[in-house]
Amino acid sequence: MDKSRGIEVAVGLFVLLGVLALLGLAFQVSGLADWRPGGGYEVVARFADSSGLKPRAPVTLAGVRIGEVTAVEYDAERFQALARLRIDGRFRELPRDSSASIVSAGLLGEKYIALQAGGAYDYLKAGDEIQLTQSSLVLEQLIGKFLFNAGSGGGNRPPNRGNVGPPPEAGDPFAQ
Amino acid sequence: MTPFHIEVRDLHFTQAGLPLFRGVDLSVRRGELTAIMGPSGVGKSTLLQLIGGALAPTRGEVLVDGQAPSRLGRRALFALRRRMGMLFQSGALLTDLTVFENVAFPLREHTELPEGVLRSKVLDQLAAVGLEQAAGLYPAQLSGGMARRVALARALVLEPELLLFDEPFTGQDPISLGVLQRLIRAQRERGLTCVVVSHDVAETAAIADTIYLLGEGRVVAQGAPESLLASADPWARQFLSGEADGPVPFHYRGAGHA
Amino acid sequence: MLEPLAAIGRRTLTWLARLGRAALLLVALLREASIGWQRPRLVVEQLHAEGVHSLLIIIVAGLFVGMVLGLQGYNTLVHYGATGSLGWVVAQALLRELGPVVAALLFAGRAGSALTAEVGLMKSGEQLAALEMMAVDPIRRLLAPRFLAGLIALPLLTAIFSLCGVLGGWWVGVGLLGVDDGTFWGQMQAQVALGYDLGNSVLKSLVFALLVSWIALFEGYDCTPTPYGVGRATTRSVVHASLAVLGVDFLLTALMFTEV
Repeated sequence: MDKSRGIEVAVGLFVLLGVLALLGLAFQVSGLADWRPGGGYEVVARFADSSGLKPRAPVTLAGVRIGEVTAVEYDAERFQALARLRIDGRFRELPRDSSASIVSAGLLGEKYIALQAGGAYDYLKAGDEIQLTQSSLVLEQLIGKFLFNAGSGGGNRPPNRGNVGPPPEAGDPFAQ
Repeated sequence: MTPFHIEVRDLHFTQAGLPLFRGVDLSVRRGELTAIMGPSGVGKSTLLQLIGGALAPTRGEVLVDGQAPSRLGRRALFALRRRMGMLFQSGALLTDLTVFENVAFPLREHTELPEGVLRSKVLDQLAAVGLEQAAGLYPAQLSGGMARRVALARALVLEPELLLFDEPFTGQDPISLGVLQRLIRAQRERGLTCVVVSHDVAETAAIADTIYLLGEGRVVAQGAPESLLASADPWARQFLSGEADGPVPFHYRGAGHA
Repeated sequence: MLEPLAAIGRRTLTWLARLGRAALLLVALLREASIGWQRPRLVVEQLHAEGVHSLLIIIVAGLFVGMVLGLQGYNTLVHYGATGSLGWVVAQALLRELGPVVAALLFAGRAGSALTAEVGLMKSGEQLAALEMMAVDPIRRLLAPRFLAGLIALPLLTAIFSLCGVLGGWWVGVGLLGVDDGTFWGQMQAQVALGYDLGNSVLKSLVFALLVSWIALFEGYDCTPTPYGVGRATTRSVVHASLAVLGVDFLLTALMFTEV
């Protein structure tokens, strides 16, 4: 009886250790941040260019993670990319006229979506579309523009070429 | 109920392309001790496996209690096996269990006895084979003869009607041999049907009621030990008196020289 | 002239027959799994043999693998000034690949080989045949509890391995190399996804547990019942289980972590 009791205790300890390790991994390593089943709501945003944006990329507001990208699809009617964003349930009160831009974490970093809060008094609801968007910055295009501007003495903007590259209202960070 | 516990009729069995049995007929009387003898390699252990239903005859039939084990479904086969006990040459005890737990094993698997009843049943059986003091040992600590006695206790604990012994006397010292002979004979006296497969002539002849002698794929001689020992059949003579040459040649004949 | 071809044919048939017997054994193991809740004691005993006895090697190996990851990750990341990502790199490498795979390889070597040898010795000692003759199904009574214990033990061992690895990486990165403690954990928690990374880690280790236990039990159950045969089966068990783990890992990774 003593020996079998010892086995039971040892196995009990083993299982406890394993479950604690799983919990440790869940809380300490993955932070449990993005795991809110059923919570949250989904909004969509259309981008002229979503290069580099992948599912599960963070969605941030003022640098704080508030949700993630669940899917990046192609909208065949508008020839645009359609990103589905799941916003955490804690952040229900986002102004309806907030804007979304695809930005990079550092020069080589992953792409994520940064939201800028607008000034409207009503809020985004599930299924709404974020109207104001700014597309991915494609490094090659930026360099091309930079060289073009440098060659023409600066100041003159190249003619906007529709859906390619950042929309004009966003300004061109390299065109100063 | 027929007087025969086991009936083997026109048994043919082929293993790996080689015909091992070519028409074996034998019958084991209920409550008797029947010995099946023959030189090594003649298929004595295979015959036990056919009786136990682990193998199926190629032709002919093996009947135990009127049922053919190889044609039974798993449930019916297991029900039949619960009424027979097979003793392997090595004892085949479970090495990670003590002697006590080995004997208790069939009870734990097949019955729901309360621990106290189980304990006394197991100790009774161990006492019957003279090993109640060995209950706490592990099989690795037992001699070959002791392991066979524990295996006998394990086979007896479910109160079978039929016991099958595979080479119970091989490699035993004279004292251990005497103990095993006495124990096997005692089971027959209690009314159990016993089948002993062996090539140890003197030890087996001393306790058997009937002996079947196997050779060349069939029964070459049969009868009570005394009549068989007096037999004039050259095959029986060679085996029973252990002559090097005779119908069974001294020189191995491979297939190429047949 | 035709002899080499015939030999290839015979070998193929032998191999196919083995595969068939292995598949039948797996079906039987799954069918007899009900013994797990009818007699949980049997599974607990095997958890002790397979899980508790593998614990030490898993913890030590996990710490070392994590320490190496911390060192190598730091040496690479420092070129890009991105040592803040060290926690993320270590945790993701452990959860996605090294945890499930290395734990499964160690399990195959420690517990799998022991299973094969144990079952092989039971076969050569006529214990399996004796059980059959006692009207006890050896697959149900002996193999199924070992199989279930493997399915439970390896995912737990994998979690322990991964956590020890993260701690090893943390000790080297933060303790020895001076990465900021908050950044180390913060980056890790921001980037590692619970359902995706940890969930797939557990899924992988479950698949590996099935593979290793199945192969180990089959090699033992199907071995030639001689000392030489048991030895050969034990070697084969470790080799086949390791190859199966690595091969299936590629498939699983391709299915789980391919980003469009």
